Amino acid sequence: MAQLNMVQAINQALGDEMARDDRVVLLGEDVGRDGGVFRVTEGLLERFGAERVLDTPLAESAIMGAAIGMAAYGLRPVPEIQFMGFTYSAFEQLFAHAARLRSRSRGRYSCPMVVRTPYGGGIKAPELHEESTESIYCQIPGLKVVAPSGPYTAKGLLLAALRDPDPVLFLEPTRLYRLLREEVPEGDYVLELGRARLARAGGAVTVIAWGSMLERVLKSVEGYDADVVDLLTLNPFDIEAILGSVRKTGRVVIVQEAAKTCGLGAEIAATIAEEAILHLRAPILRVTAPDVPVPLGKLIDHYLPSPERIRAALDEVLQY
Amino acid sequence: MQVCVYTLQIVSNNGEKRTMPEELLATYEVRRLGVLDPNGEVDQALMPELPDAEIWRMYQLMVLSRTFDERAVSLQREGRLGTYPPIRGQEAAQVGSAFALAPSDWVFPSFREMGAHLTLGCPIPQLLQYWTGDERAQKVPAHLNIFPFCVAVGSQIPHAVGAALAVRYRRDPVAVVAYFGDGATSKGDFHEAMNLAGVFTLPIVFICQNNQWAISVPLKNQTASGSLAQKALAYGFDGVQVDGNDVFAVYRATKQALEKAKSGGGPTLIECLTYRMADHTTADDAGRYRSNEEVAAWRDRDPILRLERFLAARELWSVEKGDEEKGRATAVIDAAVREMEAMPPPGAAELFDGVQAKLTPRQEEQKRGR
Repeated sequence: MAQLNMVQAINQALGDEMARDDRVVLLGEDVGRDGGVFRVTEGLLERFGAERVLDTPLAESAIMGAAIGMAAYGLRPVPEIQFMGFTYSAFEQLFAHAARLRSRSRGRYSCPMVVRTPYGGGIKAPELHEESTESIYCQIPGLKVVAPSGPYTAKGLLLAALRDPDPVLFLEPTRLYRLLREEVPEGDYVLELGRARLARAGGAVTVIAWGSMLERVLKSVEGYDADVVDLLTLNPFDIEAILGSVRKTGRVVIVQEAAKTCGLGAEIAATIAEEAILHLRAPILRVTAPDVPVPLGKLIDHYLPSPERIRAALDEVLQY
Repeated sequence: MQVCVYTLQIVSNNGEKRTMPEELLATYEVRRLGVLDPNGEVDQALMPELPDAEIWRMYQLMVLSRTFDERAVSLQREGRLGTYPPIRGQEAAQVGSAFALAPSDWVFPSFREMGAHLTLGCPIPQLLQYWTGDERAQKVPAHLNIFPFCVAVGSQIPHAVGAALAVRYRRDPVAVVAYFGDGATSKGDFHEAMNLAGVFTLPIVFICQNNQWAISVPLKNQTASGSLAQKALAYGFDGVQVDGNDVFAVYRATKQALEKAKSGGGPTLIECLTYRMADHTTADDAGRYRSNEEVAAWRDRDPILRLERFLAARELWSVEKGDEEKGRATAVIDAAVREMEAMPPPGAAELFDGVQAKLTPRQEEQKRGR
């Protein structure tokens, strides 16, 4: 097995699936000649040609809308939106059409596509390049939302997403693109969507995290008896995996990069309250960003959940 | 007869001696096509080759569209249909364009093209069923390549462009048609989609029914352009304005644009200049924002009257034949209404039909009533 970073793992998954399935077509800004601004699609234009790796005009709504038409026609488009902050231009297409097409056509048409976008903070980039607004997308019935936490999960989840019959928003944690290297099998493997992963086993407290925060959580919980649940799929999230861990530990800390109010952590906490409140020994705590716009680089360390704040939350629930 | 041309000059050289003289970069023409005038006379040179039986079929479809529309409005008034957007006045634009399509072509409609749906053979009970608020009607029959109605204005245009990208990739011998109105030409999706279609030289025809009113906003407040057709020029392909109440002009322009699309010539924008003779929807009162005189002037240019005058001059139409045809259409619509109203209402479980290929565990619970 090779040691790959996430950029390489995603590139490998895309290339393998394009070789396997001629319905898979990439489109987006700079995905071809430039190989994407993070080089995730590097080499794919040379390998598969300009009909399958489309450098599009700078128009996110058209990229998303065109992908919907391609998917309905029978292709498996993979639109890339260059940064999550630019998905807002394409929001109507995603919400009003991609997620609803199967339902509103009562199954006559469907929209199997994977929308790839880098997300999350800490990369010293300009405004709107470090967004983490996944919960907005988790409120869209018909759309799956996936966030890998490292190279291994990125490849397996992307292959699953590319074979899913419905639209998937695939959030790639930008800060981790080249930070982590992991053993990634060269061959085909699929991590089923909707399944979480126990990233670390422990007995005293459950820590729930996903995507960009998982790496920080694993560093922060060293020395604690913590069960770490890596969600991987944000919608539908793996309720059984969460409840299984909560029933074991009775204490929960949810770590989310996004702003607190109406974040995904709120939905997870509400689900635990509904299904397992009698197993809890302590209040559920959330470690999140404050309810402010994502700041520029000088303030980003004050914005993102820090290891200190994560450990403070662990210490607090462990007092009960 | 009615090929009007006006010219846009982008930059002109005024002839003065200068070290950096201005150059004429480009000159553009915007054409208007008309074949059948309001008196029912045609320009033989422009008249498409259509046997009498085909022309009569066009007439039947326009009458059927008018009859459907009148019935839908009255059903809404009786509380038997939900809010409904009438097509009155736009029958030639819809029937004429759809008549030019092949069954294998793909169509991305907005929500005011029931005349096109009828021409393409959409089941009439199903069309009515949609406007009762029953989304099961959005399941377009498998033999028709029509997308569901699109209510979010202009947002279907990129879908058509995407389908055209797929057509090109698959090298299928088909074209794609996007329908929309004048209001949609102000939306970003219209411009983004047109631009994409131009860049990739896609096999697509954009059909704009310019009915001159987007609810209460008249065309002059929608755009400062001299025509909607000329917007295509900015994206590197042809735009043509046709008399949208002239079924032959609409047919001719659409047929040509489809042939061009299928032979690799790229996109075309067709602006059908027509008029929304009714309210925006049954929930609207157009009397609040436009004059009776304006509406009356357009009533004289009714597309069905015009075709009847043409047919009468050829002794193919008489008042009796017209009444017979209207009676036939009424019977067809009567039967469709009966069939539509006999459909059992959807049950609560159908909320979940087709939301995803496989429901999530939570959706499964909700479907069971939890």
